Amino acid sequence: MATLRQLRTRVASIGNIQRVTNAMYMVAAAKMRRAQEAIESARPYAEQLDTILRRLQGSIDSGETPLFLERPVKRVAVVVVTADRGLCGGFNGNVSRRALNELQAIDAEIDLITVGRKGRAFLRSRGFDASTNHADVFRQLEFASAVSIAQQLTDDFVQGRVDKVLLVYSEFRSVALQEPAVHQLLPIVSNEDEASVEGNYIFEPDPDQLLDILVPRHVNFQVWRALLESNAGFFAAQMTSMDNATKNAGDLIDELTREMNKERQSSITLELMDIIGGAEAVG
Amino acid sequence: MAGTFTLRIVTPERIVYTGETESLRAPGSEGSFGVLARHAPMVAALGVGPVEFSEDGSRRQMATSGGFVEVSAEGTMILAETAEFGDEIDVERAQAARDRATERLNQQSEIDRARAQASLARAINRLSVVGAS
Repeated sequence: MATLRQLRTRVASIGNIQRVTNAMYMVAAAKMRRAQEAIESARPYAEQLDTILRRLQGSIDSGETPLFLERPVKRVAVVVVTADRGLCGGFNGNVSRRALNELQAIDAEIDLITVGRKGRAFLRSRGFDASTNHADVFRQLEFASAVSIAQQLTDDFVQGRVDKVLLVYSEFRSVALQEPAVHQLLPIVSNEDEASVEGNYIFEPDPDQLLDILVPRHVNFQVWRALLESNAGFFAAQMTSMDNATKNAGDLIDELTREMNKERQSSITLELMDIIGGAEAVG
Repeated sequence: MAGTFTLRIVTPERIVYTGETESLRAPGSEGSFGVLARHAPMVAALGVGPVEFSEDGSRRQMATSGGFVEVSAEGTMILAETAEFGDEIDVERAQAARDRATERLNQQSEIDRARAQASLARAINRLSVVGAS
C-alpha cells in the first residue's frame, strides 16, 4: 500500500502527462485538418489529369509509352511511406508490417526506398536495408519533394535499373480509419475501358507526344497523393492515440484519487482512535 | 466585343485562380497561343513560360512550369505543377536556382544537363514574371 505522499506525487505527475498529451491532441487535430484540406485541394488537379489521360487513351492505341510497358521482373523498387515520428498508435507499425509482407513475397532483387524514419528502422531490424531514405519530407510537405522522389523512380524504370515500382503507404479513409495500401506505380496499370472518345478535340502536339508529357506528371501526382494521405493519416492516428492517452490518464487520476481518499480516511480514523484511547486513559 | 469564359488554374497543391476572362495567352510547347471565348475544344501541352490573361480590363501574368491546357465548352482549365503570380515568387530563391543551374550546365552527365537546363528555364521564367508585374 502506497503512502499518502507517494499517491499525491503520482497524481501530480500523471496530471502533468495528461496536460502534455492533451496539448499534443490539439496540435495533431489542427494539423490533421490542414492535411485534409491539402487532400481536398489536390482533387481538382487529379480529376482534370485523369480526364485528359482518358481523352488521350481514347484517341490513340497506347502501349508505346515506355512507362506503360510490362517486362520480365528482375528487380523491384519498393517505396515505403511512413512517418518520421511516433506517438501515433499503430500507424507506422501497420504500414511497416504490410511492407514486410510485400517484401517477403517478392521473388526478385529488391531496391528498398523509404520515406520517413520509422519504416526504415522497422525494416532494417528485419533484414531489409533501404538504399535511399527520404527523411523530414513531412516537416514541410511540398509538391517538389514528391517530384524529386518520383523522378528518381521514373529514371530508374526507364533506364532499366528496375522493372517494377511498388508504393506502400497509408490510405486515408477517414479520421478513424487509415489502411495500409500497396499501389503499383510503374509500369502504369491502364484501364483502357475508361477511355473516352467523346468530343472533337484538337491535340497539340499530337496525342502520342502529349501522353509522353502527361504520364510522368501522372506518376509525380501518384507519389504526391501517397504523401498527402500518409501525412493526414499520421495526424489522425496521433490525434486518436493522444485522445486515448488523455482519457486513460484521467481514469488513472480518478482511481488514484479514490485510493488517496481511502488512505487519508483510514489515517484519520487511526489518529482519532489514538486520541480517544489517550483521553480514556487520562480520564 | 468578345465574350468571356471561365478560367481555372490548378496545381497539385491548390486552386491558384478561378475567374472570368476575355483572353488568355499561354506558352504552348509548340509555341505561344491565344484563347478567346468559344474556342474549339483542345488539349495542349505547355512549355515553361508566362501565362497571361485579362481580368477586368487589366492583364495578369503568372509563371508556370509546364503542364496542360484543356479548353472545353465549360471553360478553360490550366494544369501546372507550379503556378505563381509575380508577387508570390521568391526572387532570391529563383536567382539562386538560376546560378546553380548555370553552374551545373558546364559539367556532369547528359541527364543532369537536361535537368539543369529545365531548371534554368524555370528560374528565368520566374524572374521575368517578377520583373513584368
